[in-house]
Amino acid sequence: MIKLTVNGRVHTVDVEPDMPLLWVLRDQLKLMGTKYGCGIAQCGACTVHVDGEPVTSCRAKVGDMVGKKILTIEGLGKPGLHRIQKAWIEHEVPQCGYCQSGMMMAAVALLAKKPKPTDADIDEAMTNLCRCGSYPRVRKAIHAAAGQLSSATAAKKA
Amino acid sequence: MTIAIDRRQFLKASAAVGGGLALEFSLPVAAAPAKGLPPTEVNAWVVIHPDDRVVIRIARSEMGQGTLTALAQLVAEELDCDWMKVTTEFASPNEHIRRKRIWGSMSTGGSQGVRSSQDYVRKGGATAREMLVAAAAQQWKVPAAECKAEKGVITHGASKRRVRYGQMAAAAAKLEPPKDVKLRDPKDWKIAGKPLRRLDIPDKVVGKPVFGVDVDLPGMLHASIFQSPVFGGKVKNVDSAEAEKMRGVKKIVREADFVAVVADNWWRANQAVKALKVEWDEGANGKFSDETIMAMLREGLADPKLPEAKKVGDAAAAMAGAAKVIEAEYASPYLNHATMEPMTCTAWIKPDGFVEVWTSTQNAEASMAAAAETAGVPLEKVEVHKMMLGGGFGRRGAPQDFVKQGVLIAKQVPGVPVKMMWSREEDMRHGYYRPASLVRMKAGLDAQGNCVAFEAKIACPSILALLRPEAIQKGIDFSAVRTLNDMPYTIANQKVDYAMRNGHVPVGFWRAPGLQNAVYRECFIDELAQAAGKDPLEYRLAMLKPGDKNRLVLEAAAKHAGWGKPLPAGVFRGIAMSDGFGSFTAGVAEVSVNAAGELKIHRFVMAIDSGHVVNPDTCAAQAEGNAAYCIGMLYQANTVKNGRMVEGNFDTFQIPGMSEMPKVETVLVPTGGFWGGHGEPGALSFMPAVLNAVHAATGKRVRTLPLKPGELKKA
Repeated sequence: MIKLTVNGRVHTVDVEPDMPLLWVLRDQLKLMGTKYGCGIAQCGACTVHVDGEPVTSCRAKVGDMVGKKILTIEGLGKPGLHRIQKAWIEHEVPQCGYCQSGMMMAAVALLAKKPKPTDADIDEAMTNLCRCGSYPRVRKAIHAAAGQLSSATAAKKA
Repeated sequence: MTIAIDRRQFLKASAAVGGGLALEFSLPVAAAPAKGLPPTEVNAWVVIHPDDRVVIRIARSEMGQGTLTALAQLVAEELDCDWMKVTTEFASPNEHIRRKRIWGSMSTGGSQGVRSSQDYVRKGGATAREMLVAAAAQQWKVPAAECKAEKGVITHGASKRRVRYGQMAAAAAKLEPPKDVKLRDPKDWKIAGKPLRRLDIPDKVVGKPVFGVDVDLPGMLHASIFQSPVFGGKVKNVDSAEAEKMRGVKKIVREADFVAVVADNWWRANQAVKALKVEWDEGANGKFSDETIMAMLREGLADPKLPEAKKVGDAAAAMAGAAKVIEAEYASPYLNHATMEPMTCTAWIKPDGFVEVWTSTQNAEASMAAAAETAGVPLEKVEVHKMMLGGGFGRRGAPQDFVKQGVLIAKQVPGVPVKMMWSREEDMRHGYYRPASLVRMKAGLDAQGNCVAFEAKIACPSILALLRPEAIQKGIDFSAVRTLNDMPYTIANQKVDYAMRNGHVPVGFWRAPGLQNAVYRECFIDELAQAAGKDPLEYRLAMLKPGDKNRLVLEAAAKHAGWGKPLPAGVFRGIAMSDGFGSFTAGVAEVSVNAAGELKIHRFVMAIDSGHVVNPDTCAAQAEGNAAYCIGMLYQANTVKNGRMVEGNFDTFQIPGMSEMPKVETVLVPTGGFWGGHGEPGALSFMPAVLNAVHAATGKRVRTLPLKPGELKKA
């Protein structure tokens, strides 16, 4: 039995310690917002926070997660929405949306480290892959969440 | 995220028209559960709740392209309801069949979502509005012509009476629908044509949408699959002794061309798949490689008896009399769609034989047909639940291999729902790839540099031969020859021949099928402009008739990008244009290449005339998406060795990232009067504009994709 703290709740799961956290979240805890994309920590669709750090959960063994605080998209910003989620809505970031949970988790972690990220900071931190091409809007939404866009630009839309 | 099992509202709503079918599971209705009175189906497209919430039915799939919102805008525009009260639900494919395909086409590809259904979805909205007005007029005993509908409220001016749609829906549904309805002139649109927020985004920022891979049903098992690494190979022998002993494994499924493990968790299923020892009968295909495929294509170019895809004038004679002849060969590799969500299908063969399927599909009817055929039941005994798609790009349309596999696996575990998901490696190695191709073009220029003759020989596997053989005409697959055999350029003598050389690699509709031809053509036109010593923009314009919409977009892109104006040091421009998928597009790219030969794309301006624009913001998002998708073409290739695909994951098949993305500026120049697409046209001009800019920067012509390492490095 493994004890896990996810989104502030303690869960006990009966799984192999080498099972990746991703599959414990998805198939055992039914937290499906975190996605599988590659299984080799290349795409970032499975990004969650472990003690505040962005981690690709497809390569994180659940046995190593004991005693750590895990945050997934389902717990982000609760209650309500995190400012990054609000910025995501404001700038209509997602297309298919599949990579977006991981994208937002990475963005929140970036802002925690660099409250006013430069474009270069965003390029460096946001290595998540998106096949639909949401990148320009991801960039804009991160700047907006960081308060780096004028309100006129941010609130152009109906 | 268990799927809300509440089909009641939907069934009650449609009972009056089609009769309900007691399905236990369904997609959640997008609207919050209604309290009290049930909603009313006014017609197939419009369901109205007593509290005025409007549910618009969507027949096409949503894969990120925004069609769901655009179609809802078109219905809501004609219905004239309150947009803030609109939600959507996907129409049930099973009900679609039982109601004689009342929702038109469910296929979502070819940038057709809006343009090929706009007429009937708008009529759906307008018909519902007229029925609501007629019901109010009847109640008030006044002529309907004296009543007005606006934003979900019907008013009678003279008597100052008003009633809400929610109050009239039940009465309206009982009326005979009007035979003829007048649609609004797009210039009067209030909901359509506006950059309204997409309806699917609020859920997508909280991880709520149920994609195919997120289906979760009580008692459901998980499956991972292992297909013959060599295309067309068959299972010869399976040693599953080790896999069977692994934790959570419930069943090993052996089929003709794949083996699957069913377990209580996908990771366990996949671990067990890795422990399988499978011997394959590779057949004859194991001997093929990139080299043999290129030899096959080259042999095609040499074939003296090729079918003609175009013939005007006498290209050979004009070529012989030309002052200058330019010739070039262009080539591209196979490319996987690489949707972020791998192929997936959940299937459940119920005790009564009814088959339920949940899948990310671009064509629900094709999914139904595949499930019915595989399960051996009539279509009426299949329901396909359309899930959100984690990308489509053509992969989830015509080929329904994943549905067939899902049903085959479920047949081995009757009565139990099984969710099959491919690993990324399976997805990368078992695509329906964008065909590899080899094209040789030849042009004759007169003394002034004008192109007087054009010839192209196209060697390319046929997508239609595999997926829609009935659509091949006189040996020509239009998707293999387009852009080269339908040029808007006024060249008097043209001849285009097609060498269908199919090979063993499955091919399919990739984003903008035939896109490679637009790359070749527009790069070759640049070569001609260079040979003529002319500006690439002027050279193109000189070959376009006055009034040609290609001119309009070319001029719009050039103007917006500042064509001809100075650029920062080291930055160079390229231009390209192409019509396709109902629209006209042109693009200008700005790039720089550093001393190490590294390419940076700074900016891409794309002008598009799609006739009408339903949502300018989602159209801009499609332009951005087309740019991102096409950047991949610079370095992606699925290479064939020993009959199988080499690349297995994103470490070797690179998806462009944040840092590679240029600034994308979309210039919408809708001229009205027609309906063009947006999902694919933007792809057509991106890569040729980039490669033409690369030539301007380096003097090097890239004629074979992907780029080779160091290819752009200064010699």
